[in-house]
Amino acid sequence: MRDLSSSLPSASRRGVLKGIGGAALLGAGIPLLSACGSSGSSSDPKTVSVGSNDSDAVPKKAYADVYAAFQKQSGLTVKVNTKDHNTFQEQINSYLQGTPDDVFKWFAGYRMQFFAAKNLASPIDDVWEKIGGNFPDAMKKLSKGADGKYYFVPMTTYPWAVFYRKSVFAQHGYQVPTTWDQLVALCKQMKKDGLVPIAFGDKDAWPAMGTFDQINFRLNGYDFHTQLMAGKAAWTDAKVKAAFDHWAELLPYHQDGFMGRTWQDAAQTLVAKKAGMYLLGTFVAQQFTNKADLDDLDFFAFPEINPAYGQDTVEAPTDGFMVSKSPKNHDGVVKLMEYLGTPAAEETYLKGDPSVVAASNKASTASYSPLQKKAFEMISGAKTLTQFMDRDSRPDFTSTVMQPSLQKFLQNPKGVDSLLSSIERQKKTIFASS
Amino acid sequence: MTTDTTSKSPEAAAVPPSGPAPVTKRVPQGHKRLLTRRDRITLGFMAGVPTILHVALVWVTALASIALAFTSWDGIGFDSIKWVGLDNFRQLFTDNPQFWPAVEHNVIWFVVLILVPTPFGLFLAVQLDKKIRFSRLYQTAFFLPVVVSLAVTGFVWQLVYNPDTGLINSLIGANKPGHYIDWIGDPKLNLWAVLIAASWRHTGYMMILYLAGLKGVDPSLREASSLDGANEWQTFKNVIFPTLRPTNTVVLVVTIIEALRAFDLVFVFNKGAQGTELLSILITNNIIGESSRIGYGSAIAVVLLVISLAVIIPYLIATFRKERQA
Repeated sequence: MRDLSSSLPSASRRGVLKGIGGAALLGAGIPLLSACGSSGSSSDPKTVSVGSNDSDAVPKKAYADVYAAFQKQSGLTVKVNTKDHNTFQEQINSYLQGTPDDVFKWFAGYRMQFFAAKNLASPIDDVWEKIGGNFPDAMKKLSKGADGKYYFVPMTTYPWAVFYRKSVFAQHGYQVPTTWDQLVALCKQMKKDGLVPIAFGDKDAWPAMGTFDQINFRLNGYDFHTQLMAGKAAWTDAKVKAAFDHWAELLPYHQDGFMGRTWQDAAQTLVAKKAGMYLLGTFVAQQFTNKADLDDLDFFAFPEINPAYGQDTVEAPTDGFMVSKSPKNHDGVVKLMEYLGTPAAEETYLKGDPSVVAASNKASTASYSPLQKKAFEMISGAKTLTQFMDRDSRPDFTSTVMQPSLQKFLQNPKGVDSLLSSIERQKKTIFASS
Repeated sequence: MTTDTTSKSPEAAAVPPSGPAPVTKRVPQGHKRLLTRRDRITLGFMAGVPTILHVALVWVTALASIALAFTSWDGIGFDSIKWVGLDNFRQLFTDNPQFWPAVEHNVIWFVVLILVPTPFGLFLAVQLDKKIRFSRLYQTAFFLPVVVSLAVTGFVWQLVYNPDTGLINSLIGANKPGHYIDWIGDPKLNLWAVLIAASWRHTGYMMILYLAGLKGVDPSLREASSLDGANEWQTFKNVIFPTLRPTNTVVLVVTIIEALRAFDLVFVFNKGAQGTELLSILITNNIIGESSRIGYGSAIAVVLLVISLAVIIPYLIATFRKERQA
């Protein structure tokens, strides 16, 4: 035994050296590899590759139909590379730096602008020259990077609003509130009638962001909202404090025990007619599995708080496509993006996935359900569209700072001042970092 | 020489003759050499490949993450790495409202694991060691939680704790407005709720460790103590427990490791929201994602590393000292 070990040290020392050398090579190799990859492999002029996060069956199939229609029209093949959507989002960073597909699925708003500013996406002003007429101004605004160039082709969207059951409102004789005071009065009345005024679940930490967004842009307007989200306005501003004060006024009417409840469970209280209202995206309809219940579902825009802004802003998270930094097949990419920006492409998609609405205001609404029609009107009538806190701001800021902070506020609405200065301190370091 | 090598090599490699003489010095003749060239190449590969992998995947990454703790980096391109000195740590210690609660919760995690499931596991082990009826059955039942993945454990306990439809609230009627117990959300409750789940699992683990320890206790010791007229408790306290000392050391180390690496259960339970923050979860939240704060997350990881070293180094020193004395 002893002799063997005595001969080993030299070998392992060599191994260590080799290891260090190997590791250095590995470390240097990663960017090298990714650099050569983008020029090699398939630069077939007949195909365009698309990186997709549509791993769920319904959107996957619906997009397949869209690509098939494009193929028929242009003769180009679309090669789709689908990843699980959480994985796609977590890896987007390294994906875009490596050998991304020509076109990739992404979200509008700051999240799109962030990668545009990092030079990980190509501007597509040439595409927009063709498709510009298909979209309302609010959508155009959403598709531009911070430099004013277009980077995004929107496909589908859905609004956030206050959902309710028509039958419940009819039974108690409630009116749809259009102002803050009416909303608070309605909450009081519902409580008296034995209902939970506002269904709420914040276990996943993002639903609370939606409530903040609504109160903030109704009270302080779209411009302040975007400045706040882009890290330019201060969270210690009296305007933000006022938004939290309004929220605190509404908080007693929210469903108890929301910190341990998912949005799906909260939606069930609306399905069961135990809750009067629920502020969420139209995806809440997925929880209404019974046709009669679904037909009973309706929504209204979050009530006006400040008459200067009325109800002119709608929160409408929008999904669509971007072009990676150096697509292999530029001409094909332009053709595909132009096609995706047509009403025909959106109509094809919505046939397969009726849970969202078209981003284009030229797409036919003939096949829409009443709920979809209303959502579509709400979005096309909006003066400005916001995305959602985590799409309008840096995701690292919203996930590591805002999610826990909003949960803290919900637990202790009285500690707003120290909470806001803590948010502001953390915001400064995050936005200063890059 | 080559033919000689091929014919002899397997035997030579497998059974090195004992005796120091022929090895330390290189012997010129091929057939007398202990390790032929091929052997040395094979050995080189066997030692070299794992070493390379180990160095690249453990040391380089660990050192890189320590270095990154002093930088700010969003993970996009190496040129965006910016040196920020101790800034990350300053922010962590002063500005991050989740950091100190996380440290505190990791400590609470350890204290609870050592005070509740460990003695309970010992108790169960002592009972099972008496060879009572259905001993195997109990053993399996208590050990089962250890076998199940913690992520699954998390899902199961969520069903128990769910405030609206969970087992507990449904049984005691605490899911109505007015008297509502939010096991998962309430920051005064949720850590303890998770700790019950963690203890439930840890008990079985401790039981098995102690059971193994008890099997190693010399039966003649028991006999001797009963001859001396000691009752059961006296025997345990004065005779059995002292002989479990090595097991206790293992238990202590295992529990410290469990407390420091606590992650999966909480992540499934409520992603480390208010009241259940843990260092491991803060690291994950900062590093994973589309625009990550890799420098900042690494700084938290370094804090966790320092805590781990502070615990492990004294243990290693004590162990080595004992070995040297032996």
